Amino acid sequence: MTAVALAPSARPKGSVANRIDRVFDRWSMIVYTLLAVIYLLLPVAVIILFSFNDPPGKTNVVWHGFTLKYWLNPFGPDGLGSAVVLSITIAILSTLIATVLGTLMALALERYQFRGKSFANSLIFIPMATPEIIMGASLLTMFVSIGQPPFFPLNFVTILIAHIMFNISYVVVTVRARLAGFPRHLEEAAMDLFANEWQTFWRVTFPLILPGIVAAALLAFSLSIDDFVITNFTSGMSVTFPMYIYGAARIGIPVQVNVIGTSIFLIAVGSVALTTLAGRRKRG
Amino acid sequence: MGTFLKHHRWITPLALLAPGLLWLLVFYLYPALQMFMASFWSGSLATGFTFSLSNWTNYPDAVSTYAPIYLRSVLYAGAATVTTFLIAYPLAYTIAFKGGRFKNLLLFLVVAPFFTSFLLRTVSWKIILSDSGPVLGPLKAIGILPQQFHVLASPMAVIAGITYAFLPFMTLPIYVALEKVDFRLVEAAKDLYAGPWRPGGAIVGAIVGGVLMAVLGFVFNTSPLAFAIVGAVVGAVLFHFRVSESFVRVTFPLSISGVFAGGLLTFIPAIGDYVNAELLGGPNTSMIGNVIQAKFLTENDYPSASALSFVMMFGVLIVVAIYAKILGTEELSAAAARA
Repeated sequence: MTAVALAPSARPKGSVANRIDRVFDRWSMIVYTLLAVIYLLLPVAVIILFSFNDPPGKTNVVWHGFTLKYWLNPFGPDGLGSAVVLSITIAILSTLIATVLGTLMALALERYQFRGKSFANSLIFIPMATPEIIMGASLLTMFVSIGQPPFFPLNFVTILIAHIMFNISYVVVTVRARLAGFPRHLEEAAMDLFANEWQTFWRVTFPLILPGIVAAALLAFSLSIDDFVITNFTSGMSVTFPMYIYGAARIGIPVQVNVIGTSIFLIAVGSVALTTLAGRRKRG
Repeated sequence: MGTFLKHHRWITPLALLAPGLLWLLVFYLYPALQMFMASFWSGSLATGFTFSLSNWTNYPDAVSTYAPIYLRSVLYAGAATVTTFLIAYPLAYTIAFKGGRFKNLLLFLVVAPFFTSFLLRTVSWKIILSDSGPVLGPLKAIGILPQQFHVLASPMAVIAGITYAFLPFMTLPIYVALEKVDFRLVEAAKDLYAGPWRPGGAIVGAIVGGVLMAVLGFVFNTSPLAFAIVGAVVGAVLFHFRVSESFVRVTFPLSISGVFAGGLLTFIPAIGDYVNAELLGGPNTSMIGNVIQAKFLTENDYPSASALSFVMMFGVLIVVAIYAKILGTEELSAAAARA
């Protein structure tokens, strides 16, 4: 720590107490951080480990032995494959739509002054401060009260509507953060060089905020694919991957669920690692 | 076109804003109002619901029946928020100030759990904490814990589950706040002879350690007093020697906005959570989310469920308003200090 080196120290540097102090200071923090990381990742390790388990019955909670057979047959159980496909479809569609809508809103809020701006700001903030169960429940109430009976059918469409809704706010916040530190003089330079507003946007502004948009889209995708609570209220008979896990939790979760969970984890970690490396190479 | 836009400058922001805003109005705000209306319904799904203001009694009925469960939810969510803070603060501090070249890796590891399913992680805790699982099994085998000891289906399991689930929500805002702390201020404090925090450190350490261990004593069904005394002594010694005055007077106050933000981000999802209570808890650990969920999805009792939801939302809004007030004044005072 430079502070210690710079500050006039009352104690002599090499004293035993001082040395113990420094060693403790250093190691206590390293050990603590290590323990915290182990705590955070322990359940993930269990998910991965139990994707190789070979339980005799339906419940996959006790270690019985190593097998690869579930990795070779990941969509074995009935309905698991279609649940994964539904989750991915909804995640892709809701990410696309929410990212477009949210980016436009972020541009409006960051670039323009207009009446009703604070209302727009609060309408974007409040969904993030609302417990998921409230959003799910109120959507359900609305769908039920539209034309009762027959009720508005709860299916793919209602899940998609809900996912776009809760994703918009996160996209706006993420893109705005990128726009806030935007070098405006680059746009002015482009305009000085006779680019019109449209050209300036696509050639200067958009490439510069693209990392923010990509980050927002990744966030939206991960929120959507893992959402359980709001989906539980809006899905009707449709089954997404989290809904499948919830339904199976009572009777015993098939090993294949761990296989898919592990795959999602590895793909996510891999893509983050790749984008980081790519970013480093570009800069370096 | 160009001149038209120049004469009507308000059109561009409105056109950019309209689609998203409309989506939030129609699928966030309107359903919320619809649910408010539903709390004044009577009837059933089969016969259809009718709205009448005289059904305001839905509120006192629901609240009086479920008051203990509301209280329990607030307690569990509050306890989980405090534990996440206690775990997250030292973690965020270490990453921010001692992370060095491992900073980004450590931050990545903090959010890495989000890359797997929330439900699967909760189920994992069920495996880890099961009665004869990898943690309790060996402890029982060597006789540290009695055979009938269990963690699952207890309040501790639910609070621990919530703590785990939302730990990154607490860690990241605190990290962001600490990252912004100008370390020259800490150095200045040290130059001005800020030393160890005495006697405050010993006192605060004794209180924190004592309370924490007393709670643990209750949980393990042994003597809370003995636990509290041990905790108080350890806490006092630890804080006396390890917490410096510069931290208490400079670093911590500068990071308080992160603590508040993290607290809000943890408490809100925690109060509405029902997955941890359902998967890790037992019949006596139901939270208000479990009740609302069951009423909406299995009993189809929309009026009472809507009333319960609205009471919860109202509570959350009060917390948010208080926070906005505190954080707002916080920002104001920071701005004033800069000026």
